[in-house]
Amino acid sequence: MKFVDEFREPEVITRTAEEIRRLADPNRHYRIMEVCGGHTYAIYRFGLKDLLPANIDLIHGPGCPVCVLPMGRIDDGLAIAQQPDVIFAAFGDMMRVPGTQGSPLEHKARGMDIRIVYSPSDALKLAQSNPEKHVMFFAIGFETTAPSTALTVMRAKSQGVHNFSVFCNHVTIIPAIRAILDSPDMRLDAFIGPGHVSTVIGCRPYEWIAVNEKKPVAVSGFEPLDILQSIVMLLRQLKAEEARIENQYKRVVPWEGNRAALRAIAEVFELRPYFEWRGLGFISQSALRIKDSYAEWDSEQRFHVPGVRVADPKAAQCGEVLKGVLKPHQCKLFGNECTPEHPIGALMVSSEGSCAAYFNYEHRKAAMVTSISSVA
Amino acid sequence: MCLAIPGQVVKVFSGQQNTALIDVVGVRRKVDLGLLEDDMPKPGDWVLIHVGFAMSKISEEDALDQMRTLRALGEAEAATQEVQGYGLEDTGKTEPA
Repeated sequence: MKFVDEFREPEVITRTAEEIRRLADPNRHYRIMEVCGGHTYAIYRFGLKDLLPANIDLIHGPGCPVCVLPMGRIDDGLAIAQQPDVIFAAFGDMMRVPGTQGSPLEHKARGMDIRIVYSPSDALKLAQSNPEKHVMFFAIGFETTAPSTALTVMRAKSQGVHNFSVFCNHVTIIPAIRAILDSPDMRLDAFIGPGHVSTVIGCRPYEWIAVNEKKPVAVSGFEPLDILQSIVMLLRQLKAEEARIENQYKRVVPWEGNRAALRAIAEVFELRPYFEWRGLGFISQSALRIKDSYAEWDSEQRFHVPGVRVADPKAAQCGEVLKGVLKPHQCKLFGNECTPEHPIGALMVSSEGSCAAYFNYEHRKAAMVTSISSVA
Repeated sequence: MCLAIPGQVVKVFSGQQNTALIDVVGVRRKVDLGLLEDDMPKPGDWVLIHVGFAMSKISEEDALDQMRTLRALGEAEAATQEVQGYGLEDTGKTEPA
């Protein structure tokens, strides 16, 4: 755990942690899901669990786009890239994600033309500077990155760039939350809502969670104090038996979201009837595909896509961890067969995955303490 | 990919489609302003950048807070690397203002 005085405003952090302890009913067990992988990472990195009473459990949600992407989609993207004169462009996060025949990075080592880009607009530039090649951008992410992909596709069309396409793997957060809430083994009291997704979609799309499911939501920033304040908001609501959407991250998240970004999404994308999520299975209307009016820039319409399906490894219990039924370390594979270096399950793949975050900040810490005490 | 990087608008290019030169702790890169077309930032304004696109306008105080958060998360270096990577042709050198 980090010492509280390393944080900004340590006295406010201490006061907020005390407020949490005061609000938490000792006779009750609280299960609060942080939806966003960025929050999961911050919670472990800052050691925030150590500031919470034992009866508050933070359950790590589905908001890590790399983690929830089925392996078959990576195989499909790489199959397109195997065709002659195709450049595969993707964010760095994707490079080490394993497909059945290895990661994009391993395919690069075998001679495939694979490039890291930091922005979809750079993939478009890559196409413009390589007119004899076709650039396929492997698009991934929730509503945070989908508008940038959309705008890039619109630019490709308006600038007449025909050697560029997008292999779209954008997913939407609300159906995943719904799937988790619908799951029979789920038991959650409240949600810490995603910060950056909400800069785009705003706070309204969460209202059904309060109205229909009677569970409070606090859209939260990423600083330690943000996350603790969000927990205070949720506990106050639970204590008063209320269920509302609160916006803790007002300094960045407008209630209505970013309309220009939503317009770009609506212009280029439509909902897929269903999409597969690693660990959660098929979820209806949970992902975006490119509309027919932009078919020329849709890799799936331009190229033959094998449609590979790879079953999640049977022994990995990603689904149970995603739904908060199991803690990361309670999975049979955790830490022995499945590690950040050799991920088997989805949640070990990215640093924002709950298993990788747990492994890096809890498991290694525990292992270190054990080895130190055994030396002593 | 999920990093939100704070930067200050140095100048807006009128001739090009909604682009601006943005300064992120001394690194200057072109960033797309297309997603802020309803509320275009001016030079001096602060924005949060995701994957090369300015996504929201924020206050200077919040921008500095965000940079501190990235540092505390151990992601400041990744953020700088990401910004340096924006604009393929610019990689490795700083653009003049």
